Amino acid sequence: MITELDRRRFLSHGIAALGATWTAAHWPAVVAAAQHAHHIALFPEDQKWEFFTPAEAKEVEALASCIIPSDGTPGAREAGVVYFIDRALVTFAVDDQKTYRKGLPEIQKRVRELFPEASLFSAATPEQQEAVLASLDEAGAKNAPRRPRGNFRPNATAQPLFEVLRMHTIAGFLIDPEADRKGNRGGVGWAVIGREPGHSFQPPFSAIDKGYPGWQPAASVTASKQAGTRDSDQK
Amino acid sequence: MKIDQPKYKASDAVDFVIVGSGAAGGILAKELSTNGFSVVVLEQGPYLHEKDFSHDEIKVLQEDQLTNHPKLQPNTFRKTPQDKAKPQRALVYGRAVGGTSNHFTANFWRFHEIDFKERSKIGAVDGSTLTDWPISYADLEPYYTKVEWEVGVSGLAGASPFDPPRSKPYPMPPLPVKANGIIFERAARKLGWNPFPAPMAILSQPRAGRSACINCGFCLGFGCEVGAKSSSLASMIPLAERSGKCEIRPNSYVHKIEVDERGRATGAVYFDEKKNVHLQKAKAVILSANGAETPRLLLLSASNRFPNGLANSSGYVGKNLMFNTGAVSVGVFEEQTNDYKGYAVSRILHDFYELDAQKVGFYGGGGLDARFDLTPIGFSIGGLPPGTPRWGKDFKAALAHNWTRTFEIFGHGTSLPVEDNSFSLDPDVKDAWGLPALRLTYKDHPDDLKLAHWLAHRSIELLDAANAKQKWTFPIDEQQFGVHLLGTCRMGDDPKTSVINSDHQTHDVKNLFLCDGSSLVTSGRGQPTMTIMALAFRACDRIMALAKRGELA
Repeated sequence: MITELDRRRFLSHGIAALGATWTAAHWPAVVAAAQHAHHIALFPEDQKWEFFTPAEAKEVEALASCIIPSDGTPGAREAGVVYFIDRALVTFAVDDQKTYRKGLPEIQKRVRELFPEASLFSAATPEQQEAVLASLDEAGAKNAPRRPRGNFRPNATAQPLFEVLRMHTIAGFLIDPEADRKGNRGGVGWAVIGREPGHSFQPPFSAIDKGYPGWQPAASVTASKQAGTRDSDQK
Repeated sequence: MKIDQPKYKASDAVDFVIVGSGAAGGILAKELSTNGFSVVVLEQGPYLHEKDFSHDEIKVLQEDQLTNHPKLQPNTFRKTPQDKAKPQRALVYGRAVGGTSNHFTANFWRFHEIDFKERSKIGAVDGSTLTDWPISYADLEPYYTKVEWEVGVSGLAGASPFDPPRSKPYPMPPLPVKANGIIFERAARKLGWNPFPAPMAILSQPRAGRSACINCGFCLGFGCEVGAKSSSLASMIPLAERSGKCEIRPNSYVHKIEVDERGRATGAVYFDEKKNVHLQKAKAVILSANGAETPRLLLLSASNRFPNGLANSSGYVGKNLMFNTGAVSVGVFEEQTNDYKGYAVSRILHDFYELDAQKVGFYGGGGLDARFDLTPIGFSIGGLPPGTPRWGKDFKAALAHNWTRTFEIFGHGTSLPVEDNSFSLDPDVKDAWGLPALRLTYKDHPDDLKLAHWLAHRSIELLDAANAKQKWTFPIDEQQFGVHLLGTCRMGDDPKTSVINSDHQTHDVKNLFLCDGSSLVTSGRGQPTMTIMALAFRACDRIMALAKRGELA
């Protein structure tokens, strides 16, 4: 049971201020607190958006929340991903403004095509929302694995909004919370994937290296005669 | 501590102007200035300090805080000289004081004896200009040792039965082992292979006023905020500045080497931050701008006297580019490894350093390492098993499970030099300063691709022996993108088939020296920076000897 004091501490300092173990043990309560905070504190009438209209922000938040849902642990909503994207579109992702402005109405069109009774993505049921995203995810899980090579921006050519939004949602969920980008609020994204907060660690890092006796030469070090290696050249 | 550098006038000829402040440029600046020579280092990027480094994946990886910028510096790519190149990002290199050494992984393997004389040993390879170096491992050994002690490398001498001879142990013990290293070590031994602690250019103990590694986990791609990574910025540049003889001049983009009527280099022409043009005069010029920008600068410096580019009578400037072969396999494990903590690599093996072409059917060799070099956003975009949902609760569950249970086996190997593989000037695309963009022409030698597959098979065997729950290999395609930029102004005794001699002096211009990845004759087995640094220490000795004999005047 989360206490009022805990809730306030959470709201003011975020989860990064709490120990990881505490956090893990209290996830459901933390999520409840965060969702409560969301309802009472997010999107106040006078929220100043840097790029989005209030209506767009509501739709983007619903979309992001479908990409990384709040399903027992915090998701895109609790991490403040919509604020991250709003800031992104006037900073590092300024080139993607058009993609959002043009793509959001197209997504709403898709909603109405699939579910004539739903007027907006944010008003659709969770099942309907998933069906809409599935219809947008053309690349799908069939995508061949691709190793991120430093720069992970979808390439400079035009990308559908779904791809850009997926990338931005992930970035807004997992960006270093100390970066001045409004994402990963309270470090909830890192907590979800099991990355401890902080930027300095001491070994042992896991149970595996905890029991390691230290490096020893192999019992019988022989220059291994692997199939394929040059016998005569090994020292 | 604020260090007051000297400020040299551009019109006063300094002893040396060095273009680039990275792995080689930093060492050259330190060695020459502490030996009494006046030095100006012109660095195209900004002067960032430890306090400027962060773990902001957007700023560092997306906005290219530390690296060449694709919008300002576009590239083009084509597979063969017959093709028309298309705009495409073709390379990443460090663009800040410290160069690529700021953000490297810090694997510091020495080259072995074979790397210097492989052509003699195995004969010609079809489709390759493979040749021997004019120097041997023994010539470079003292300088490898110098890198280990002066720049700072952690490791364990004698741990690998395949290591070449060394004159001194490492100055520091290996960094703390990681779970991926232990799993790698145990599995490799099951297979009869010889894993050993990875030599890393990261401090395992405080040294020379620098901190030991704090295991922050943001290593590859990022600058070290405690100076534990042995970049030029952390290790060499401060010593150069303290000499009182070296000025580091950032935001200085050199685009031409000036030559007088006698064919001697007289200085470097550069844009400052406001795009004003200056000529820094010097008695000798050293290019350490990396394996792409050094040849580009020579080609940009073409003149009536040197119509094919400066120092390019051989026609080899920009050619014989080698990226190193690579194959990455990934495993997901039952137990948590938490490899996001700490530096990337703690165990490697060199059992496959020299493969027998008669047995395997191709030329080459390589090494394997166990690593986790991904940061949270990058991992989430590219680190999950193929077929994992890309959004929704199953995507999130996969992230939550796999982040602490995943690591990679990276196979690093040879690239054969191929004459057509090159950096050249694009005839159409210009950079933000109006200069011709870098054009990459590259098609892996077939043996390089065979080697990559062969190394990937070994990696999968290893992941099997380690009981990985899931494993896969990233597709092995022909490379169109490089970070190891090697061989483009190769060293050699014959001016017809090389650009510099074994003193790093260009065959054509006696007071022009080149020292960086472009100097390499062969690619080694995938970890070139150690050798680039060793060459830089050696080059200093050679250049100072020439200067003392009055041969640079």
